[in-house]
Amino acid sequence: MPSPNAAVLLDVRRLTKIYTTGFLKTVSVVGCQDVSFLVERGEIVALLGESGSGKTTVANLILRIFRPTSGEILLAGKDVFSYPPRVYYAKVQQIFQDPYAAFNYFYRVDRVLHRALTFKHQRLASAERRERIMEVLDIVGLNPSEVLGRYPHQLSGGQLQRLLIARALLIEPDLVVADEPTSMIDASSRAGILNHLFDLKDRGIAILFITHDVGQAAYIADKAVVMHKGKVVEQGPASQVLFSPTHPYVQRLLSDVPKLREKWDFSRELEGAALFKDQPR
Amino acid sequence: MFGEPLVLVERLKGYYVGGFGVVHGVDDVSLTLHEGEGVGLVGESGCGKSTLAQLITGVTGPVLHYQAGTVIVDGYNVYAIPEETLRTEVLCKRLAYIPQAAMDSLNPVKRIRDLLRDVVKERTGRRPTTQEILRTAGEHFESLGLQRSVLHLYPHELSGGMKQRVVVAISTLWNPKILVVDEPTSALDVSSQKLLVRSLLLLRQRGTVKSMLFITHDIPVARQICETLAVMYCGQLVEVGPVEEVLEAPRHPYTQGLLASIASYEPQERRRSRLESIPGRPPDMRNPPPGCRFHPRCSLAQPRCAQHEPPEITLAGKRMVRCWRFGGG
Repeated sequence: MPSPNAAVLLDVRRLTKIYTTGFLKTVSVVGCQDVSFLVERGEIVALLGESGSGKTTVANLILRIFRPTSGEILLAGKDVFSYPPRVYYAKVQQIFQDPYAAFNYFYRVDRVLHRALTFKHQRLASAERRERIMEVLDIVGLNPSEVLGRYPHQLSGGQLQRLLIARALLIEPDLVVADEPTSMIDASSRAGILNHLFDLKDRGIAILFITHDVGQAAYIADKAVVMHKGKVVEQGPASQVLFSPTHPYVQRLLSDVPKLREKWDFSRELEGAALFKDQPR
Repeated sequence: MFGEPLVLVERLKGYYVGGFGVVHGVDDVSLTLHEGEGVGLVGESGCGKSTLAQLITGVTGPVLHYQAGTVIVDGYNVYAIPEETLRTEVLCKRLAYIPQAAMDSLNPVKRIRDLLRDVVKERTGRRPTTQEILRTAGEHFESLGLQRSVLHLYPHELSGGMKQRVVVAISTLWNPKILVVDEPTSALDVSSQKLLVRSLLLLRQRGTVKSMLFITHDIPVARQICETLAVMYCGQLVEVGPVEEVLEAPRHPYTQGLLASIASYEPQERRRSRLESIPGRPPDMRNPPPGCRFHPRCSLAQPRCAQHEPPEITLAGKRMVRCWRFGGG
């Protein structure tokens, strides 16, 4: 059934994944339950939740790493498993959490870019290859002489992550799934990675940005989906979900985020606790 | 507003030696912790925060070596006293150090109460009875917002946040005046972070812990718990001052860059301006740049920054900054 709205890129419908494990697969763990959300073309959707809330399960299902227990995921109106793998991964790509683990340390980093080009365009003259690679490196703010011909261990995490963003730009997918793309990056380089995700967006690429960091989600996302214990508890425009939430869990989550401008107020609890002061232990 | 200095660190230097070469992890750091003061030590990974903490405890390891400087903890010069005095008089009693990922150090095959018995025996040489442990530790656990029943559980039955609070509780059993905690919140969810911060504030409120060195890479968390902020870069402190003032008006270009690059969540207003990242990457500590260590990444660098290392310059209002733009001849 095609989506009625052509702007909808990814349609996640009542997605449930139950992991079974243990003797004769008798133990079951709910990965995610009844998750539904939409990703429109060219928008950044933040999938937000604490650890164990099922964010990565949803990402892995979208990336076809495993099949859902029930529910379906439609890409441009068609079930994701109906696409041949090559066609699917030309449309959906991932930016990994750990850029250090995403490269093969025996090869120069150029190889990743060349393979991405070969994947998209089987035949391409070397002059044109070079031109494309220079173009994307320029977009992600890398100096070609600093990265090309190098091995992964010679580059910083920020540089490697930007190379992976460049790789995604070469493939020009419709959707990039970015699972905690900044968690392994030096704090001072994180902002650059976030800003380069905007570059992907400017080229019409939609991003599913998976994070536990409310600040980053509030900075980057157009839409926010908050998960808790495998279920979606609130979703909508980021300005609404993250700044005037209605669900009590989201309200609590947001009040627990440490802020720069204001201090948590524990004064009442601390006064009560002062009763312990003079008691011997 | 603060009392006597409890920890005095003067021109401390320490280095690592190994197959990788020599790394000067802490290079000329001076820092004072006063009574009633919480100092937040922030910086990027690899800048020497944890090395500084370890050097303050006086327990150097097989690869970490003390080079120069003094550390005085509540009157004890930790590098001039015998090791045994350091162990019996300073550690735990006066200064407790909770290293990074300490919550993974709980013995997985023992209940918390049995682990406590081992800890007490190791320190006092006497095996306390379970009743004694339940009575004395139970109260202490309760006062930190942990239930007494936690004592009967195994570590795997606790959440990460609870394990971390258990570690804090165990470390403070001997009422140390000074607590040094290294990245206690980094592996925790925001809600557990808040509970841990509350426990640490409780300890300070009750007056058990008189001053605290709180090491983190997360500036918003440091802001919740500390009065003083110390910013570290490449083995040196580049800026120290009251936390509100440093956040409001950072002086060192590195602090400015770091603050402009964090995507913190502020509920009042949604950020419209773009975040800025600091160009370049943290330097290789085996071979730090000459002069000011930040100058290759600094947009305000002058020729002399590349040649001479800036001194620590004291500014009004208990602030220190290590940058040539604030004088120093």
